[in-house]
Order: sequence, then structure tokens, then C-alpha cells
Amino acid sequence: MAGSTRAPQDMRTTLQNWLPKLVLSPSLAAMLVFVYGFIVYTIYLSFTDSKMLPSYDLVGFENYARLFGLSAWTTALINLAIFASLYIVICIAIGLLLAIFLDQKIRGEGMLRPIYLYPMALSFIVTGTAWKWLLDPGIGLENTMHLWGWESFKFGWIKDRDYAIYTLVIAAVWQSSGFVMAMFLAGLRGIDNEMLKAAQIDGASNWNLYRRIVIPLLRPAFLSAFVILAHLAIKSYDLVIALTGGGPGRATELPATFMYSYTFTRNQMGVGAASAVIMLMGIAAIMVPYVYAELKEQK
Amino acid sequence: MRLKLKLATTAAMALGLTASVAMAEDVEVLHWWTAGGEAAALNVLKEDLAGKDIGWNDMPVAGGGGEAAMTALRARVTSGNPPTAVQMLGFDILDWVEQGDVLADLNEAATAENWDAVIPAAIQKFSKPNGNWIAAPVNVHSTNWVWANKAVLDELGIAQPTNWDEFIAALQTVKDAGKVALAHGGQPWQEATIFDSAVLASGGPEFYQKSMIDLDPEALNSPEMVAAFDKMGQLRGFVDDNFSGRDWNLASAMVINGEAAFQIMGDWAKGEFLRAEKVPGTDFLCFRVPGTEGVVTFNSDQFVMFKQDSPEAQAAQIEMAKAAESPAFQAAFNQVKGSVPARTDVSDEGFDDCAKQGMKDLAAAAEGGTLLGSMGHGHANPAAVKNAMYDVITAHFNGEYDSATAAEELANAVEGAM
Amino acid sequence: MSGGAQDQAVRTGRITRTFIYVVLIFFALFYLLPFFIMLINSIKPLPEITGGNMMSLPNEPTVEPWISAWGSAQIGVEATGLKPYFMNSILMVVPAVAISTILGAMNGYILTKWKFRGSDILFGLMLFSCFIPFQIVLIPMARVLGTIGLAGTTSGLILVHVVYGIGFSTLYFRNYYAAFPTELVRAAMMDGAGFFRIFWRIMLPVSGPIAVVCIIWQFTNIWNDFLFGASFADLDSMPMTVALNNLVNSSTGVKAYNVDFAGAILAALPTLLVYIVAGRYFVRGLMAGSVKG
Repeated sequence: MAGSTRAPQDMRTTLQNWLPKLVLSPSLAAMLVFVYGFIVYTIYLSFTDSKMLPSYDLVGFENYARLFGLSAWTTALINLAIFASLYIVICIAIGLLLAIFLDQKIRGEGMLRPIYLYPMALSFIVTGTAWKWLLDPGIGLENTMHLWGWESFKFGWIKDRDYAIYTLVIAAVWQSSGFVMAMFLAGLRGIDNEMLKAAQIDGASNWNLYRRIVIPLLRPAFLSAFVILAHLAIKSYDLVIALTGGGPGRATELPATFMYSYTFTRNQMGVGAASAVIMLMGIAAIMVPYVYAELKEQK
Repeated sequence: MRLKLKLATTAAMALGLTASVAMAEDVEVLHWWTAGGEAAALNVLKEDLAGKDIGWNDMPVAGGGGEAAMTALRARVTSGNPPTAVQMLGFDILDWVEQGDVLADLNEAATAENWDAVIPAAIQKFSKPNGNWIAAPVNVHSTNWVWANKAVLDELGIAQPTNWDEFIAALQTVKDAGKVALAHGGQPWQEATIFDSAVLASGGPEFYQKSMIDLDPEALNSPEMVAAFDKMGQLRGFVDDNFSGRDWNLASAMVINGEAAFQIMGDWAKGEFLRAEKVPGTDFLCFRVPGTEGVVTFNSDQFVMFKQDSPEAQAAQIEMAKAAESPAFQAAFNQVKGSVPARTDVSDEGFDDCAKQGMKDLAAAAEGGTLLGSMGHGHANPAAVKNAMYDVITAHFNGEYDSATAAEELANAVEGAM
Repeated sequence: MSGGAQDQAVRTGRITRTFIYVVLIFFALFYLLPFFIMLINSIKPLPEITGGNMMSLPNEPTVEPWISAWGSAQIGVEATGLKPYFMNSILMVVPAVAISTILGAMNGYILTKWKFRGSDILFGLMLFSCFIPFQIVLIPMARVLGTIGLAGTTSGLILVHVVYGIGFSTLYFRNYYAAFPTELVRAAMMDGAGFFRIFWRIMLPVSGPIAVVCIIWQFTNIWNDFLFGASFADLDSMPMTVALNNLVNSSTGVKAYNVDFAGAILAALPTLLVYIVAGRYFVRGLMAGSVKG
């Protein structure tokens, strides 16, 4: 391990050895109680017959059986898979593209950058109505295009149960792709220009330069972007409530909205807790390898 | 001199501060009447209590027809800090009754003011569930109303329909004329609002009672229920393509602007018409959904009282309950809100024509036993069942099920949610 | 502005550059569109909105909706507008951001420069805690806040935000400090500098860029939070987002869309300002280390 030292065992050193742990302990304690304690509590609730408020009568795996018997839960899981993969891939693609383009000594970069970044500052409580209008064919983009004379323009995805989930992707990409751009831009600016020049002297085309050298060097930025996006995708809740409310029908239900509605509006807290546990397991499945890789690489 | 003044102000401020924190005669009210006229209407109650030296700590949480407020309430009760009074609807109240000893006892106020005699039994089912008054009903909304643009009807020569078939014929005429026949927003609760009327129109009040309130499995999967879904299917044909997700306000605006002819919506829709300076009877019509005349499907906002520790807080709570039931407040509040008083003995003076009609209908329905809790608004069955029904109704409305399957699914969903 | 003083290795022709500008401007329009809609509709009188084209510019622009949203719109029984809630949010956000950033910096410092057995596992646990869905903590959190007497207070909200903010702030600082040469720290130790002294004298002076990233991130998340605010706040502590939601989301009341939009922009102004003012440092901060693994 990099930092630890073995110094003579006097009082001061002992104190110095304990101090870091002491300073760390409040955060640690808070985390153990408020994160892991609550996770254990949720796991416990998922085995009880809790309805409106927590109850402590155990019912075994009944809630899980009911959960997987609900078609809405299956829909929510499939939706998350579609939503998360598209969202992450498109955000990274757009973010990378914009970062590379913006890195070409663009005039007005100082203007463009905040424009790309600002959506991350706004919650969907703020922008929800605007998005809903924009996507609504009757008053939004489609209608405007018709008024401007483009009669055949069609954009009614939000009203179509098979396509509504993609409108969520559009709005979510709008919110975070600029942020991803900033991460890639930072990565690009951190790359040593001399190295690129050397490669160019060797006759590499721009395309090959990026494909062979630059993009592999951005690997850490890819990882960070992936983690932040995955975390935003799984937690997506405001987005759904603001744009579709889970509709048409229940076509855009995501696990987070499902969990909330069963826990708080349908008074089936046990089922809600069971869905939360499944979500947590999903998160762990993605995160543990990442955390592991992250820590391993440090050594 | 100046210093003295400053000291005095500081002292006064300090006093004021402690007073607002510690004064026992405060009521804290959790509600979702957070914006516009309805929030202003609530101010009537606040002022009234202020006259009795009772402070009002406002705790508004809007969102999803009270869903966000109910979540906040659960957090509040769990943290041992329940509000004095909470705006609540129908079965949410009964759910809290089951949670044991958390609600207050309002019998003292109820006896003094003779609530038993003036509040319809169908509402008492929620306010006085186990023989004890725990809630003060503020208003009654009814959901089986049609709102129509009179100019559009006159232009197309449509008379006010008096039965379901005439209604469908009228809708067809409008559609043929190239207008939107039925303004509707595709949100589960809006579809369920229409469904209330569809069930009534196909099976009458007894059938509604059996299927929606008693949840009789045979009634749920019966030819009448298939017919109710067929009626939903008929109405679906008169809705424009962009209905999905639309706010009800925008649907009302379509009727107001003459883009659409009819909307089936609860009486809160009247507020939109009145604000657009439309006059009932001349600019717009309000009538019961054809085929449901004589029946009132209602939802009633109530202030549910949570148990307070100190005697002062309990006294303030009783005062608040009395004030909420006073005929003066009920009249003032409901004139703004668009609903009708929960008490049937309030004079209809000062109400508009639609509300006068509504009050008459309410009294008659209460008398005749046809005042029925609205399924769409959580007054017919518990939240879990209601939401299971929403799922099926919305799925059918969006074309996932045919009517026979929908009736079958409805019975299954209800069974699954119990 | 870009890449320091060196000239760019990648050269682009005129056609390529035109293409690049077109793409960049297209995306700028895409990002601006929703905000544009909010802005123009917030200065229209209501009939122009309900009766007209969403994208059209106002015929008779008015600032009335803004004045109303800020100072006189009905929020709950009080016709106060959003004004009083603005301060509530500030009182909650500033301490919460400060505390979580300081804790994150200390944690990051310890987890990189004072490693001990199990410290990597602790970091893993903290990282995982970023991912907990907030909906599941509502009920147990309510009980804890009630037990320690912080239910319905600003302090309670600060506590909640700090607790769930530590994960990310620690992540940012740890990754940043990991790139900082440990030899410098070790040399200082040899010179007899203690734990806090090293942090104060060596780590803190170089932490500016990452602190900006962390503060922006925390500020935005905490300012925009609705769920905790709605569940754990009282009237005296109710944050701006809950008030905005109360303004916008009245269930059976009539809607004033122009006031809603004006209110939404008002509620978003602080975070917008933070992004625009600190945006340039943001990329610099990310560049300085947070993206390095």
C-alpha cells in the first residue's frame, strides 16, 4: 500500500496512526446506518406483510412471488434495459463527438460549452412541462412543423406505447450528454499533444489518430461516464413522472417508479421492498466489478 | 431612544418567534390545495381560525392528486410528528383507521353541531368509520358530469342528450363535422373517471354497488361489465389522436375554445370555464352523463384529524373541525372550489347554476340511496384495488384488451390486489 | 482556451470545419430548445398560450407572470410566491454542500494517503452507497429523524443530504488525490508534519479544481432534490423545489402555465448560474484528475 509508514512507536505516532481512522469514522458510521442499515431493513421488509406502514410479520418469499407475477414489473425491467443501454450509449457517443469537435480550436467554445452543460443543472420538475409540450404532437414539435409548412412531419412517439420509452431516452440524453462531453473534453485536454504530433509525423490520418491513440487514452473517462450514467439511469424517476407518468397505459414504467408506486400509492410496501431488493441486486451486479477493477488498478 | 426601540423590536421579534414555534393553539395542516383558487379558498378557513386565536401552519405538498402528500404524511407519522389535520380522500382515510390509534376523536364537535343529521350517510362511511367521527368532510365533488360547449352544439343542431344512445349520436354528429367530439386526457385517473359513468350507464346503481364497491367477482366479470367496457370503447372512438398524457385542464380548454364539444370530468372542471369568463347555461352546459341521471358518484375531501398530545392542541383541533363544518365556511369554500358543501343543509344562495343543480342532485341522491363513492377517485375501494382497476381500464382504453378480456382481467386484477 | 500554448496536432480542412460547426450549432439548438420554450411562454399572457402556438414569440410580452411567480402566486394558503422558499433552500444547500465537500476531501485524503488495512474495502462500500435509490430510505429515515428530534427541520434536511452526498464527494476527492504524488506527503511526514498539517498545507492548496467539481455536483443535486424536501420538511424549512411543485402541480385547480414557467426558471436560476459561472472551471477540474481512474 502506497501511503502507510512505519515510524518509531512513540505517543505522537500512535495518535497520528489513529487520527485518520478517527476522522473517517463519522462518515463511516453514517454510511453504515443510513445506507447499509437501511438496505438490511428493506430486505427485512421484503419478507413481511407490510402494507401501508411497516409491519413485522414474516411471510417468506410471498412478495417476491407476487412481484414476478406482475406483468408491470416485467415491463419495468425490460424498459430499464432498453432505456439504460440506449441512454448510456447515446450519451457517450454524443458526448465524445461533441468533445472531439469542440477540441478543434473552435471559435465560440466559451459560448457553446455552457449551452451544452446547462441541462444538467435543471431537474425535470423544472423542465418537465416544457418537454411534455415539445413532445406532444398536438401542441409541440409536430404541430409547429405543420404550421411552418412541413405537413408530413410526424413525431408522436410519446403517445405510442411502443415508442414512448424512446422519448424518455431523448429527454434523458438531452439532460446529461453535455455533462459527458465535459468529462471527455477534460480527458482530451489531458492528453499530451507531443505524442499526437509524433503519431502524425508517422503518417496517421486523423481518423486513425483518434481511433488508435486518443480513444484508448480516454479509457478512464469512459469508465467514469459509464458509472455516472448507469447511476442516473437506475435512479431515473422524476423524468418518467414529468414526461409520461408511466404511460401510455403503463408502457414507460421503470423499476424506480414501480417501487415508489407500490410502496407509497398502492399500499403494498412488502412488494415495493421486494422490488427495491431486486434493484439493489442489479446495481450490485454492475457496480461490484467496476469497484473491484477500480481498486485493483490503483495498486 | 433609538436603542430602546431596537431592543423593544428585538424582544418583540423574539417573542413572536417563540410564539409561532411554541404556541400550542396552532394547527398544522397537510394538504394539496396548493395553487390558485382552491388554495385561496382554504384561506377562508385560516382567517376564520385566526379570529379564534388559532394559528395555521401550512404544509402544502402537491402532486399526483395527493400521492406526494400521502407519502409525506407517512414520513411525518413515522417520525412521530403527525400534522393536526390532513386533507384526505376516501379509502386512504380507512387505511389510516386500520393503523391503530393514530387518529383523533371528533365526537364532541360532531354532537355539538349535529353532524349525524346533515352529512349524508355515504360520506359518513369515511368520516365516521367505527362509530367515531375522525374526519371533517369539507366538500363533495361529483364525477359523472358532462361539460359541453353550447355554441358548438347549437351550430350543429344538437340538443342536450338524455340517454346514452343520444349521447353517442351527438358525439358522432360532432365527429362528422370535423371537430373533436370528446375532449379527454389519457391519464389513468381520467379514464377511470369516465369508467365510473360507463359502469353506471350500463348496469345502474345496484350494479355499480355490487361491482365497484362490494367487488363481487361475478359482477366484475359479467355481461354488464363487458357492456361497460364496450361503452368505453365507443367513447374511445370519439377522442382525438393526441389524448395520451394530456392534462385535464387542456382538455377543458379544448371545450372552452370550441375545438371540442364535450368533456366528461368532475365538477372541478367548472373552474376552468368560469375563469375563461364563460357563463353556465349560455356559454357552456353542465349535465349528468346521459344514462346516469339520478345517481351521483362522489369524492369528498376531508380533513382527517391526527391525535395530538397536548390538551391545547386537541382543543384547537376541535375548533378547526367545527370551523370546517360551519355552513358559512362550507358555502364560501365550495363557491370558489367548484364543489358543493358536504352538509346538505347549506343554502344554495350565491352558488352558480351548475352548483345549484349539483346540490339538488346530492340531496336527492343521499335521500334515495344513490350517492355512490367514485371508483376513479378512491371512494369505492382501497388503493390497491383501485390501482389494479386503473391498470385494466387504461390497458383496455389503449387497445390492449377487448371488452370481454378486460372484464375477465378486471376480476383477476381485483382478486390479485385483495 | 484549448490545449495550452501548443498548436493542435490534429489539422482539419475547411469542409471538415464547416461540418463541425454545423454539428456543434445543431446540438446547441437542441440543448436550448426546452429552455427557449419555457422562456417565451413565461412572458406570454395566458390566452396566447392556451389558444396559440407553443413556439411562436409573444405578441404582447408581459413580465406579469414573473412578478406573480416570485411574489404573489398562491402557494398553499399563503399568496407569497416563491420568494420565502428561496431562502429556505439557500439555508439548506449551503451548509449541506460545505459539510459534504469537507468530509469528502478528508475521506479522499485518508483513503489515498493514509491507507490502512481494509481502507480499500471501505472505499468500495462508500462508492456503492452512491447508488442507493432514495425512495427506499424514506420510511426508515423518517423514523431516525423523529428519534433524534430533527424531523421537519432544516438541520434534518442538511443531515440527509450530507449523508447521501458523502459517497460522491469522497469519490471525486479520492480519485483526484490518488494522482497527487505520495512522495510529497511522505517527505512532509518525515519533516514531522502531522495529519491535519499536511492536509492543510499540502493537499488543500491544490484542491481547487476538484472542489469546484464537487461543489457544482452537490449544489445541483441538493438544490434540485424534491423527494427529501417533500417528505422531511416543515413549512419553515420547505425548499424551493417543493414550493415550485406546489405552484405547478395543483391537481384540480386551474392552471396558469405562464406563471408555472416563470416559477420554474426562477427555481432553476441558482443552479443555472452556478453552471454558467463555474462552468469553465468545471472542465478544468474534471481535467485535473477526476476522470483519471
